[in-house]
Amino acid sequence: MKILTFPLALVLLAAGAGLPSSAEAADKPKVVTTTEDLAALAREVGGERVEVESIARGYQDPHFVEPKPSFLLKLNRADLLILVGLQLEVGWLPPLITQSRNPRIQLGAPGYLDVSQYCEILEIPTVVITRAMGDVHPLGNPHYWLDPQNGRRIAEAIRAKLTDLSPADAAYFQQRYEDFSRRLAEAEKRWDQQMVPYRGQRIVTYHRSWPNFTRRFGLEVVDYVEPKPGIPPSPSHTLELINFMRRENIKLILVEPYFDLKTPKAVARETGGEIVVLLPSVGGEKEVTDYFQLFDYDIQLLTAALERAK
Amino acid sequence: MKTGSAFSREALKRFALAAVCLLLFAPPGVAAEEASADVAARLKALEERIRALEAELAALKAAQPGAAPAAAPPVVPVAAVAAPVGAPQGPTGQLPVYGGASALAKIFNPDISVIGNFTGAIGRNPLLPRPALEMRETEVGFQAVVDPFARADFFLDFSEEGVDLEEGYLTFTSLPAGLLAKVGKMRTGFGIVNTKHNDALPWIDRPLVTENLLGGEEGMSEAGFSVSRLLPAPKDVFLELTAQVFRGDAGDVFQSSRRRDVSVVGHLRGYGDLTESTNLELGLSYARGHNDFGSTFTTDLYGFDATLRWRPLRRAIYHSLLWRSELVWSHRQEPLGTQRAFGVYTGADYRLNRRWTLGGRYDRSGRARDAGLTDNGFSAVVTYWPSEFSQLRWQYRFTNSAEGRNDNELLLQFLFNLGVHGAHPF
Repeated sequence: MKILTFPLALVLLAAGAGLPSSAEAADKPKVVTTTEDLAALAREVGGERVEVESIARGYQDPHFVEPKPSFLLKLNRADLLILVGLQLEVGWLPPLITQSRNPRIQLGAPGYLDVSQYCEILEIPTVVITRAMGDVHPLGNPHYWLDPQNGRRIAEAIRAKLTDLSPADAAYFQQRYEDFSRRLAEAEKRWDQQMVPYRGQRIVTYHRSWPNFTRRFGLEVVDYVEPKPGIPPSPSHTLELINFMRRENIKLILVEPYFDLKTPKAVARETGGEIVVLLPSVGGEKEVTDYFQLFDYDIQLLTAALERAK
Repeated sequence: MKTGSAFSREALKRFALAAVCLLLFAPPGVAAEEASADVAARLKALEERIRALEAELAALKAAQPGAAPAAAPPVVPVAAVAAPVGAPQGPTGQLPVYGGASALAKIFNPDISVIGNFTGAIGRNPLLPRPALEMRETEVGFQAVVDPFARADFFLDFSEEGVDLEEGYLTFTSLPAGLLAKVGKMRTGFGIVNTKHNDALPWIDRPLVTENLLGGEEGMSEAGFSVSRLLPAPKDVFLELTAQVFRGDAGDVFQSSRRRDVSVVGHLRGYGDLTESTNLELGLSYARGHNDFGSTFTTDLYGFDATLRWRPLRRAIYHSLLWRSELVWSHRQEPLGTQRAFGVYTGADYRLNRRWTLGGRYDRSGRARDAGLTDNGFSAVVTYWPSEFSQLRWQYRFTNSAEGRNDNELLLQFLFNLGVHGAHPF
């Protein structure tokens, strides 16, 4: 059995080397979110009594994040993992959770919070879906945080969870949540007012990222640059799109910051339309650092473009 | 919302099953009338409990904050509830119907995936023979969480030779002290390429060093244990040590002739982000086991691997670059002395746009059993993705064998994916 001494020695050596992680995990609860939007909402509620970090950056396509080992280090120390759910992160989060060596955030553990279950979800398929429809999300559209109503619901879910994790701070979280909710209500009035003149305007978007946003603010998405969700633009679909936009006099194309602008530009050139690079997430541009700025930024860009398109 | 109702539905289902059991296993030898009166009484009690549960369910639903009507899945008590109430007595009674009735009945099924791997080859290569056309492999995956402490992953390979368990292991996710343990059959954690499934490789074949030094065509895969742990490291450096013990039968590398002839593997993995879009990974590997000359002869393998990745976050789906090299030294004891062979591959893949990737690989490897013989090779690879779920790949492969043959081949591959295939480890 001499051959066994090698792995035993390795494990003993490793065990003797002390805990790399849990030693420092003492005071503030550590919250890791999958996206910067959830991080922004967690900061609104948690304030200075929690530490919040996001895995994906706001200018990154949240469907395609690389499960880097550096994220494992973050997850290893986390007390709470907050995710968007609805299979948005299905391509990268599960192996990270498995390898995190953190029982607190495993599926079903108290530190695993999928906020989609507290929100209003659109585009839940009502027919049998297949991949012939592209990369459809069988549980509904995961870009639901783009309706402030859902933002409030997410904040409430986070408040409840943080209160469970840190009961001593219950009043603090409650007070911060109420303050956030009040400021959000004020902001919503402002955003609604800004968008009212453009109700019913028809637009084209690159990907299906905007159903909650456009429904809330009264825009109508009539077509997509992608022929089907997750399928890159094809020449035939692009041609159809150009003809359709010309015929229907549609002038605006919304594009997420992580998509290539080549096809949208060609479409805009052919139709005399305009591209608006709208941010689906906090952190999509440097100056957009919280949930309020996300809507401020998007609505300002959008209203300006809609005004020009009038 | 979902947790609440799922829990209640589960309770309903369990309750219904209990009811069926009660009906089927009513104590024998009791007068028939007495029995039916008893059953009637029980049914009444059961009905009351159903009502109570339904009320509880409704209360739970109402209590959910922000519960959106659109998000509410229809709460159908399904056949499982109806069955016992209307079920006649005796073994002919209708059992709850699973499957089809609702998605609920399938909720605990594992994630199932199928990956088809069809290959073709033009040209000659006696060293690495492949048929002209072949449904090379059909990989079926079953993956699910087992209980609050573990998850399990199974990958079955169906090929022309039959069915093979490529991997099947339990992973303990909730161990103390930062440990992660696996038990079952798994690909040996030696280096990088040996741990990957065929569908996750950037080539159609595996490098010459796998063929010559690491167990042949499919690499090394064995039954055993694996324990890994994060090591203390400077901030933002990921350092992981893995130790594995296997039975000692891995391809043509290790062979166990006694129970104690186990093989061991160790892997040290270091990873760091250089910038937001660039990262470097370095690894050291060691493996030791007994070879086919018997218990007194061992083979030692030493490995070094390096991977450099670049992927700009704003254009992550369009451009990326990966460069990887692995070096392997094999010391194989034989009756007439030790064979010391060395093998290496180095390869890079560049993603041109969302649909196309270009790659190349250089190979050089001695042969484990005859270290004096060295094979060389070069490959150029083009990959096309119609969507995320299918890919088409061409590989030009040049092989210069130790015997002096020069072989040119064109390999072709279709890979396609059904179902929910769990993401691959990084």
